[in-house]
Amino acid sequence: MDDAAPLILARHLTKRFGAFTAVDGVDFEVAPGEAFGFLGPNGAGKTSTMRMIGCTSPISDGELTILGMDPRRQGADIRARLGVVPQHDTLDNELTVRENLIIYGRYFGLPRAECQRRADELLEFVQLSDRGKDLVEPLSGGMKRRLTIARSLINEPDVMLLDEPTTGLDPQARHLVWDRLYRLKQRGVTLVLTTHYMDEAEQLCDRLVVMDKAKIVAEGSPRQLIERYSTKEVAEFRFPAGVQETLDGQFDGLGDRIERLPDRVLAYADDGEAVVIAARDRGLHPETVLVRRSTLEDVFLRLTGRSLIE
Amino acid sequence: MTALRITPMFAFGSRRALRMVERNLLVYKHQWLGLLSGFFEPFFYLLSIGFGLGRLVGDVAGPGGQTIPYALFVAPALLAASAMNGAVVESTFNFFFKLNYDKTFASILTTPMSPADISLGELAWALMRGAIYTVGFLGVMVVFGLVRSPLILLTVPGALLIGFAFATVGMAATSFMRTWQDFDLIQLVILPLFLFSGTFFPIDAMPEGVRLLIQLTPLYHGVDLLRTLSVGVVGPDTLVHVAYLTVMGLLGLAVVSRRLDKLLLK
Amino acid sequence: MQYRRTFRASLFGSFGIPALFLTAMGLGLGGYVDRSADAVLQGVSYLQFLAPGLLASSVMQTGSFEATFPILGGLQWNKIFHAMVATPLRARDVAIGNILWIALRLTLVGSIFALVIVAFGASRSPLIVLAVPVAVLTGLAFATPIMAFTATQRTPDRFAALFRFGTTPLFLFSGTFFPIESLPSFLQPVAWLSPLWHGVAVCRALMLGTIGNEPVLAVIHIGILAAIATVGAVLAVRTIDGRLVKG
Repeated sequence: MDDAAPLILARHLTKRFGAFTAVDGVDFEVAPGEAFGFLGPNGAGKTSTMRMIGCTSPISDGELTILGMDPRRQGADIRARLGVVPQHDTLDNELTVRENLIIYGRYFGLPRAECQRRADELLEFVQLSDRGKDLVEPLSGGMKRRLTIARSLINEPDVMLLDEPTTGLDPQARHLVWDRLYRLKQRGVTLVLTTHYMDEAEQLCDRLVVMDKAKIVAEGSPRQLIERYSTKEVAEFRFPAGVQETLDGQFDGLGDRIERLPDRVLAYADDGEAVVIAARDRGLHPETVLVRRSTLEDVFLRLTGRSLIE
Repeated sequence: MTALRITPMFAFGSRRALRMVERNLLVYKHQWLGLLSGFFEPFFYLLSIGFGLGRLVGDVAGPGGQTIPYALFVAPALLAASAMNGAVVESTFNFFFKLNYDKTFASILTTPMSPADISLGELAWALMRGAIYTVGFLGVMVVFGLVRSPLILLTVPGALLIGFAFATVGMAATSFMRTWQDFDLIQLVILPLFLFSGTFFPIDAMPEGVRLLIQLTPLYHGVDLLRTLSVGVVGPDTLVHVAYLTVMGLLGLAVVSRRLDKLLLK
Repeated sequence: MQYRRTFRASLFGSFGIPALFLTAMGLGLGGYVDRSADAVLQGVSYLQFLAPGLLASSVMQTGSFEATFPILGGLQWNKIFHAMVATPLRARDVAIGNILWIALRLTLVGSIFALVIVAFGASRSPLIVLAVPVAVLTGLAFATPIMAFTATQRTPDRFAALFRFGTTPLFLFSGTFFPIESLPSFLQPVAWLSPLWHGVAVCRALMLGTIGNEPVLAVIHIGILAAIATVGAVLAVRTIDGRLVKG
C-alpha cells in the first residue's frame, strides 16, 4: 500500500439506532503509523465509531474505507488485520491466560504451533509469563487489560483499535499499559483509541479529534488544539462556599477569557502568575490558587462549555 | 439497515466453524466432569422410567406389533428426546445468549469469524457432544440387555439427524426472537412434543384425530425412527421418518441462511 | 437465566405444565399401568398415585431453582444483597427474607398444582389442602441447604452438577413415578435419605386419604423435613452472613 494513502478514511460516517443518531456524519482519516485518538465524554459516539471501524457494527450512512477495503463486503478480511481492545474486558473466562491467546490466534486461522510461539512472546511482552497457566478470573483489572492487549496482538495487526484502554485502572496499571502501547507505536503499529481522559490523549496521541454529541468539533495534535483553543496557562481560583456567587463581574478583564465552573473560576492567560497578582490587587481573596499549563480539558471546556468527566 | 456480512450458503462449510469446536475442546479440558455428567441424565431416566416404572407397565406393543418390554420401548425414545432437547437448548437459549450477551462471543466477532461460523461451530459441537452421549447410552442398553438387532448402531446417525433437524429449525426460530419472553413459545412447543410423541406410551391408544396430529410432528418421527432401528423392524416407515427429518433440517437451514443478518441485533 | 424466571411466571408454566404432565403420564401412560399393575398399586389408579408425587416434586424443583441462580444473582452479579446490608437490614434479615420469599413462591406453585390435580379428579381426599403445606415444607428442605451452598459459590458452574446428581435423581427415584417397593430391596432403605421421598409419602397419604393408617410415620416424615429445612436455614443465614460481611 502507498504510504501516503490513509489507513482509515471516513466521509460523512453515520450510525443510527432507530431514531437515535449515535454518530452524525463525521469525517476523519488515519495515516499509517499514527496514534489517532477520539477524545470526548461518555456518549459522544466514540464507541459506535470504533465498532464501525472494527466491522462489528454496520454503518448507517456515509463512507468508510479501512486498509483500502469496504467493511460492507470485506469485513472478515479487514478484521483479519485489526487488533481490537474493547472497552470492557471480553476474555474467555473458561480458559487459562495462555489458552486465551492461543485460541484467539486460531480464530484468525494461524497454525497451532505459531499461536503457541506468539502466545509465549506476547505474555512476555505484557509481563504475564508467570500467569500463563492460571484461569482469567483471579487476575487483577490491570492484568486483564494487559492480557486483552496481548490478545489483540496475536494476529500481528496493522491497526489496533483501543476503546478506553485504561478506564477503570489504577494509576500504576495505567502507566504500564501506556508504556506497552508506546512501544507498539514505536514498532510502527497504527493506534486508534478513544478516551475521555485528557492525560491519556496527551500521552499517546499524535493527532486527535474531539467528539461531542455525535459530531467532531475539532481536530489536531494535542499541542495544536491547546494553542488554537486555549492559552498557555490557566489560573484556577477556589472560593469559600457561597462567596463565588457574590463575585459577579469582578473577574472581567483578568486574562483573555474567564470560565466560571460551579466550584471554581478559571482565568485563561499566557501569564498565569500575572493574573493572580492582578486578582489580589482587585481585593479578591480566594481560598486556594493554582497556576497550571492548559490541557485538553480546557480545550474541551472551551469547545463545548462542559467538562469531559461529569 | 444493510447486511453487515454477506454470507452465502457455502459459508456454512467454512472451516472457521471448526475453531469453535476447538474452543469447546479446550474448555472441556478443564471441565471434563461437566461433559461426563451430561451422560447421566438419560441414564437416570432409563433406570427410573424404563425399569422402575416399567415394572408397573409390563410389556407394550412395539414396532411391527410385536410385544416388547417397556424398558426397550422407552429407551430409544429417551435417546430421541434428549437429542431434541440438547439441540433445541443449544440452538435457541444458548445461541441467543451467546450472540447477544456473552462477551466471549462478542470478542470472537471482532476476529474474522462470522456469526455463521460461530453458530455453525457451536452447533457442530453440540451434535458431536450428542453423538458421544448416544454412544454411551447405547453402551448402557447393551449392559441391560436391551439390544435386539445390530441395526441399533444406526441410532447414532439417527440421533444426529434428529439433532440436526431440531437445531436448524431452532436457529431459524431464534432469528425471529427479540426478547427472552419470546422463548416461552419454544417451551410451549417442546414440552407437549416431549410428552406426547409416543415417547412414554404408544400413540395407538389415542383418539384417531389426535394420533394423526401427532404423526405430523417431528419428535414422533424421531422417536419412531430410533425405536424401529433399536428393535430391528425397519420398513417404509423408517424411510418416511428419515425423509421427514432431513427435509425439516434442510428447510431450517434455508431459513437460517437467509436470515443470518437478523441474528446480529446491533 | 432470566428466561427461566419469566417462563415460570407465565400462565402456561403455572397451569399448563402440571396439566400436560398429568395428561401424558397420569392418563396416557397410566392407562397401560392400570391394565397391568393393579396388584402393586392396590386399587389406586396410576393418575391418583402419580399426582401427589408430581406435586411434591415440582415444588421441590422450584425450591431448588430459586435457591440457586436468583440467590447467586443477588450476591454476585447485581449485588442487590450488598446494597441491602448497607441499610439497617442485617445479613440475617436478607437470608431470612429470601427464605420467606421462596416459601411464598412455593405456596403459589403448590396451590396452582393442587388446583389442577383437583380439576383432573386425581385426589381422593379433601386433605389435599394439607398436602400443599407439606409440599412447601419439602421444597424448603431443598431450598435452604442449597441456599447455604449457593452462598459459598462465586459462579454458577457447580449448579449443573447439583441438578444433575442431586435433584434429578431424587426426582426420579423418590417414589414419584413408582413405589419404592419396586426398587431392588437393598436400595429401598436408601429412600429414607431422600427428603423428597418423605414429602411424597406424606402428600400421597393425604391425597389418597390413607393418612390415618400410619399417623406416627407421617409425623416422623414431617419431622425429618422440618429438621432438614431448619438446619438448612441456620446454615444459609450463616453462609450469607459470612459472604455479605466479608464481601
